[in-house]
Amino acid sequence: MNLPLSLTINGVRRDIVLDDPRVTLLDLLRERLDLTGTKKGCDRGQCGACTILVDGRRINSCLALAVSHDGAEITTIEGVGSGGELHPVQAAFIAHDGFQCGFCTPGQIMSGIGLIQEGQAGDDPERVRECMSGNLCRCGAYQGITEAVLEAQSDMTASKQRRSA
Amino acid sequence: MMNFDYVRPASVADAIAAGSEKGASYLASGTNLLDLMKGGVSRPSRLVDVTRLPGLDRIEHLADGSLRIGALVRNADLAHDAEFARNYPAVAEALLSGASAQLRNAATVGGNLMQRTRCAYFYDAGSACNRRWPGAGCDALKGENRLHAVLGWSEGCIATHPSDFCVPLVALDAIVEIEGKGGRRELPLEALHRLPGETPERETALERGDLIVALRLPSEAQGFARHARYIKVRERTSYAFAVVSAAAALRIVDGKIREARLALGGVAAKPWRAREAEQVLAGAAPDAAAYREAARAALAGAKPSGDNAFKIELAQRILVRALTLAAAGTPDRIPALPGSPFSSVAGA
Repeated sequence: MNLPLSLTINGVRRDIVLDDPRVTLLDLLRERLDLTGTKKGCDRGQCGACTILVDGRRINSCLALAVSHDGAEITTIEGVGSGGELHPVQAAFIAHDGFQCGFCTPGQIMSGIGLIQEGQAGDDPERVRECMSGNLCRCGAYQGITEAVLEAQSDMTASKQRRSA
Repeated sequence: MMNFDYVRPASVADAIAAGSEKGASYLASGTNLLDLMKGGVSRPSRLVDVTRLPGLDRIEHLADGSLRIGALVRNADLAHDAEFARNYPAVAEALLSGASAQLRNAATVGGNLMQRTRCAYFYDAGSACNRRWPGAGCDALKGENRLHAVLGWSEGCIATHPSDFCVPLVALDAIVEIEGKGGRRELPLEALHRLPGETPERETALERGDLIVALRLPSEAQGFARHARYIKVRERTSYAFAVVSAAAALRIVDGKIREARLALGGVAAKPWRAREAEQVLAGAAPDAAAYREAARAALAGAKPSGDNAFKIELAQRILVRALTLAAAGTPDRIPALPGSPFSSVAGA
């Protein structure tokens, strides 16, 4: 069965023909498109390492069939920085030691970007922790992760206000 | 994962034709189904992708004051709809207490209703399970069963229904709209999920090909908005299924409870409406003695199915807690830790 689909991945349109309907977005990115920044942790929607943005929303790419997402716009960790500049969430993770081994970090950062776009947590650390609970960190860098998300959000809000001023 | 044919029908009628064939399964976002397929628990030979069906992703206010929620509305979109959260706060709180932000962004309303039990023996293809394999037996009966059912279970199955969303929904008399081979019909949500009895493999009242297209909340459901909470005990504060949970919704008039709606989660194979407890509260003063009596009534028929006698007491305490918090008044904003009895928000 040949299944054609077209995705926009990090701003680039990709026309793909799948030979197997079982391919998840995660496996498509990693195994077929060589975008290995998105990590496979549990592969069952429990750890969040595979978090990407689909049409601007963070989801677990391990529990999403690629073929069902024909036409979607996808952002992965490879697509968040621009021209050698880190995304503010990436920079804040470095500044706050938001990781140790780094395996969960792409998922944490994509989840943080999604959270900031959702705009539900505000500057309340408890709401940030709750909204990040779908991303596990085996090294236990949660303190730094929470601080990084809060700082990035505050920086992004401030620079948005500067731009509109 | 077993291979399957993939079809993406353009209309509800085509979807039902495709979904009525033997071995077919509907696919919405797949957050539960793909997990089950990866584990070899679900083995559909055909997936009928319903995510592009037109008109099922809307929230509509109907002329009779009821609210119609399309089956493809995403859990997060519903919970964050400001008007929805204001009118049905316990439902929004239940949604936000479930799963993770990523899963809520993907998972649909219809899919939430159709999610399967999280019993570890159901998930383990190497264990005996009457749901997976009728007549195979139930390894949970003599296994790790401290989280299993205390109400409505049978020797055939002691699993619980995992949904948070469904708990306040049954309390508020939600209705499920179904399209099938015989046309459209509707069912109280309370009648959608079945208790196991002799046929645990028959989990819902749906027939082959039936597709949930919408969920409806009747106009009376808004009448509980000022006094409604969902409280959920988990083994960790976030991103965990309920050990037990309770939805409490009250109409308080002149200092007395005019009407109470109560339901429990994590205790049975279905979201458990506690009508006896509601009757205890009707006309009563909203005080601790009444809540305790109601909680006793709600669990009067409970019995342990294993190492889970503690859930009978815990469910009563959670029901009392949910009633106490509901009577104190729905908070202006859903607490930072939705549904948690450990929320740091003052008064919660």
